[in-house]
Amino acid sequence: MKTIGYIIQKEFKQIFRNKGMLPIIFILPLLQLVILSNAATFEIKNIKFSYIDNDNTSFSRALIDKFEASTYFNVVSNFPSEKIASSAMLKGEVDVILEIPHYFERDLLKDKKTDLSVIINAIDGAAAGVENVYINQIVQGFNKNAQATLIQPSDLINQPKNISSITSFWYNETLNYKTFMVPGILVLLVTMITLFLSGMNIVREKEIGTLEQMNVTPIRKHEFIIGKLFPFWIIGFGLLTIGLIISKVIFNTPIIGNLGLVYFYTAFYLLVILGMGLFISNFTDTQQQAMFIAWFFVVIFILMSGLFTPIESMPKWAQNLTEFNPIKYFVEVMRMVMLKGADFNDILPQFLKTLGYAIIMNGLAVWSYKKTS
Amino acid sequence: MNNKNVIKVENLTKKFGDFTAVNSISFEVKKGEIFGFLGANGAGKTTAMKMLIGISTPTSGSAQVADFDVFTNPEDIKKNIGYMSQKFALYDDLTVKENITFFGGIYGLSRKQIEEKRCLLVEELGLQDIVNELVGSLPLGWKQKISFSVALLHNPKIIFLDEPTGGVDPITRRQFWEMIYKTANNGTTVFVTTHYMDEAEYCDRVSIMVDGKIEALDTPTKLKEQFKADTMNDVFLKLARG
Repeated sequence: MKTIGYIIQKEFKQIFRNKGMLPIIFILPLLQLVILSNAATFEIKNIKFSYIDNDNTSFSRALIDKFEASTYFNVVSNFPSEKIASSAMLKGEVDVILEIPHYFERDLLKDKKTDLSVIINAIDGAAAGVENVYINQIVQGFNKNAQATLIQPSDLINQPKNISSITSFWYNETLNYKTFMVPGILVLLVTMITLFLSGMNIVREKEIGTLEQMNVTPIRKHEFIIGKLFPFWIIGFGLLTIGLIISKVIFNTPIIGNLGLVYFYTAFYLLVILGMGLFISNFTDTQQQAMFIAWFFVVIFILMSGLFTPIESMPKWAQNLTEFNPIKYFVEVMRMVMLKGADFNDILPQFLKTLGYAIIMNGLAVWSYKKTS
Repeated sequence: MNNKNVIKVENLTKKFGDFTAVNSISFEVKKGEIFGFLGANGAGKTTAMKMLIGISTPTSGSAQVADFDVFTNPEDIKKNIGYMSQKFALYDDLTVKENITFFGGIYGLSRKQIEEKRCLLVEELGLQDIVNELVGSLPLGWKQKISFSVALLHNPKIIFLDEPTGGVDPITRRQFWEMIYKTANNGTTVFVTTHYMDEAEYCDRVSIMVDGKIEALDTPTKLKEQFKADTMNDVFLKLARG
């Protein structure tokens, strides 16, 4: 035990003496938290909307007013012909073209039925889908108003009952994208920093030759590993704490659940990451190699974590792969506990998988660390 | 000096795939002896030494270091030896004092013992002014002397020195060898590799490795007689060139 104390003491001194590393450990991640949480948004806003109004009646103008009133659409142009509109779309000046046909008002009044043509730039399919929904909502709203004005009292009896759904958004009532992203990005930062630091730490001793010196001492394997990784475990908690403070103070992210539970889970989660870092450094000879490998895993873990894209919409095989992704569990736990107020029983599946992962990862790390070659 | 052997090596061999780095070497080293371990670059010195200090498992043969077997008890060997490597082995980003505390600590010395050792070291090496300096800021000669002293903190039975004086100026080299003599006089066995043939003359006995084998092993005087050479340098050249 005493030996571990000496190692921990030494590690902390080295970490805090490294003036180049300190800002990388503490300042950069938090800057990223602030920047990414604001920037990484899938909210579709400021859609460049244009229209071709072939009808030019009070009805057609009322429809366009609806779009102008919407916060999602910026009405940028009014094109005289479809040809000009198409070329504007090609140049990327507009995202959506709404074409109102000739006799729009007349057909609506006479036949109670008419068609609108909508062209959406669908290079980003997800965004196009969302834009389509927004447009439909506005057109339907317009439809209802139009019906109300057009309906004759005699028709009233024959009208089908209007079915409308009232949506209530749980856990994030205002659909604030940051509320969704901040806990996830916090996970990402805690993971990245601890993985990179632990992955590079032991390999650094290999590079400068002190690891050989360590291997010639009677230091026990577990003492060395615990002593080496403990400081990063603490740093992981430090990052989580500062990150939580920032998410509360700057983003006003709700923390409904028990923070103790978040820390409890993080304690085990960090073991997975540190074990992984150690495992990587056992198989590499230089910090550069360690960095590349760590980076490779981090990118896959992030993209398959459900942080940016929902796991449910991945193909089945990819969904199966995400079972091996520790970041996925941490993101789930953070969102569940912070936003839904989940308790220990709710996160039990994630906790057990993380625990298993931690045992396997550290087992591998200890096994692959050899004092004797 | 008693005649107890603290290192016993018999037919020790290390192979890496098809390549035999160390080919069935045998020798003994007595307590308090300064044993020079010579050889050209790539002759297998470092590999042989790594087997003796318990960080490389031999392919075959047998070796006992400080009465412990390299196959079965490498960790017990480590408690009884000191090692100073070719690459500088103290932490550059810790001060002299912190390095002493750390290495003393991991060898299981008590706080009090560390404190005593440190005072002794500061006194002997005249470190008063630099004890709180970062090791990285010190000249190489100082680093090597401190490194040597740190390797002796836990009073090992044997100290292994892997080219300890590489790149060091002649004055510091002389001081370094004075330290080695003093250590040997206190009963600690010194096992040293070097490329400086004048240093080989200072050793009690010298072995010369060529292509993984020990081609010569005796006192410097006898080796010179045997190879009809005036200096160890000539002995080495005759052997190494084949």
